[in-house]
Amino acid sequence: METFLKNISYEIGDLSLFGLRFFEEIFRPSFEFKEFIRQCYVIGYKSLPLVSITSFIMGLVLTIQSRPAMSKFGAESWIPGMVSLSLIREIAPVITALICAGKIASGIGAELGSMKVTEQIDAMEVSAINPYRYLVVTRILAATLMVPILVIYADLIGLLGGYIGVNMHGDVNLVLYFSEVFESIKFLDIIPATIKTFFFGFFIGLIGCYKGFNASSGTESVGKAANSAVVSASLSIFIIDMIAVQLTDLLF
Amino acid sequence: MLIEKNIKQKKIETNYQQTIIEFKNVYKSFGKNDVLKGFNLSVKKGENVVILGKSGSGKSVAIKCLVGLIKVDKGEIYIFNTDITKLNIYELNKVRMNIGFLFQNGALYDSMTVKENLAFTLKHHSKNLNQNEIENAINEALEDVGLKEAIDKMPSELSGGMKKRIGLSRALIIQPEIILYDEPTSGLDTITSREIDELILKIQKKGKTTSVIITHDLACAKITGDRILIIRDGIIYAEGSFESLKNSDDNWVRSFFI
Ligand SMILES: Nc1ncnc2c1ncn2[C@@H]1O[C@H](COP(=O)(O)OP(=O)(O)OP(=O)(O)O)[C@@H](O)[C@H]1O
Ligand SMILES: [Mg+2]
Repeated sequence: METFLKNISYEIGDLSLFGLRFFEEIFRPSFEFKEFIRQCYVIGYKSLPLVSITSFIMGLVLTIQSRPAMSKFGAESWIPGMVSLSLIREIAPVITALICAGKIASGIGAELGSMKVTEQIDAMEVSAINPYRYLVVTRILAATLMVPILVIYADLIGLLGGYIGVNMHGDVNLVLYFSEVFESIKFLDIIPATIKTFFFGFFIGLIGCYKGFNASSGTESVGKAANSAVVSASLSIFIIDMIAVQLTDLLF
Repeated sequence: MLIEKNIKQKKIETNYQQTIIEFKNVYKSFGKNDVLKGFNLSVKKGENVVILGKSGSGKSVAIKCLVGLIKVDKGEIYIFNTDITKLNIYELNKVRMNIGFLFQNGALYDSMTVKENLAFTLKHHSKNLNQNEIENAINEALEDVGLKEAIDKMPSELSGGMKKRIGLSRALIIQPEIILYDEPTSGLDTITSREIDELILKIQKKGKTTSVIITHDLACAKITGDRILIIRDGIIYAEGSFESLKNSDDNWVRSFFI
């Protein structure tokens, strides 16, 4: 137990230093713009199909599942408002972030891990190229910006799924559905939910890069890096979410 | 025949004046594993030095210390008369721009084509090169290793020997004054190995470069080395020409040449 705690606190300290370096390097000149755009494409665009499917199903299922409870009170007309609130405030950000942790953090962890193991990162360093700036800064920044966009996209697709779900039992037209939805959502619901997604994205990128960069030698460590990147990133998403919810509760 | 001639020519041209690389009493351990224990080495300008030694004796560690990839525990390492163990990262990078490093397994960037691999370093070093100059440099570097046709291939499409040669051309493209070869011929057939040896000699003459060559391949050591060092227990245990070491009184040294 003691060594476990020791390892954890060591790792958190090391991760913090690794993350602080991001803020040091990002303001230095000669930003790797091309690599950044490439990472946005890989992290953002390539995740669209997965996010589309999962968020559509989330919206649909959530609507269907809340019908029995709501109809007990004769409150079926509240379903769009309720579903959209829980989607936007909580479910879409967290589920999308978890999906991204599975796809992006593991991808980055495996990619950088294998670069580390096959000495490609060392090769960059001896060529006087800063591997942190080229590989890490670009990936963390891309993840920080792409995850919020993916979440907003997931909100929309989720609402669309909800529309289909509502229509399975009755006939609500699209305009009426969305007017009900937007009536129930306030600006204050969207802002904190969006702010936390930047943190989700940052930590997904950071943990993926950290695990990859610290892979030890040997091919099996590539798998380990990818695996522990997913586990730690998912865990960090729940922790950030808990903190974010408490803060929002206090402030608003 | 050709090889013999090359050796003779080279020995005449080499000028043994200026010391380019110098290790002074370098210590390095990983936990309880003491790898370098007071390692001393000096290499003169234009010289090809070969390092022999058993697997795990610290050869790769020594040249990684030389480029600052591994931080030494104690001791000094001079390159062009500056102690690189005391430099900050920006100063160190200036020194690194003059060093080519061939990794044991090539270490090609596998997300990039051969061409992009070669252009990568070049573009980062000198931002004001135009597209034409870059293309020319790439073509020349690939021609040197005889692999012009591989220019648009991905590293995963190359054989082990090709990877090594591309790794070599990537090290050469910046026209470094110092080249460090980590087992340039390991895992290659004899014919390709001799081609690489020829290439190492050609590079030495063409660019007047200084090289450190780590190898297990005795033929490679004999052909390319002006001086041969044998590492044992973290220090240079023996040193001399190929012939003198081969006929050494020390049984352990002689055992390398059987
Ligand atoms: N990054 C590292 N962390 C911990 N130990 C290391 C590291 N690099 C090397 N070592 C240890 O240092 C010793 C020397 O390794 P090195 O790679 O220099 O051997 P070598 O002489 O190059 O062998 P080979 O001929 O097999 O390449 C080995 O015992 C190795 O386990
Ligand atoms: Mg080695």
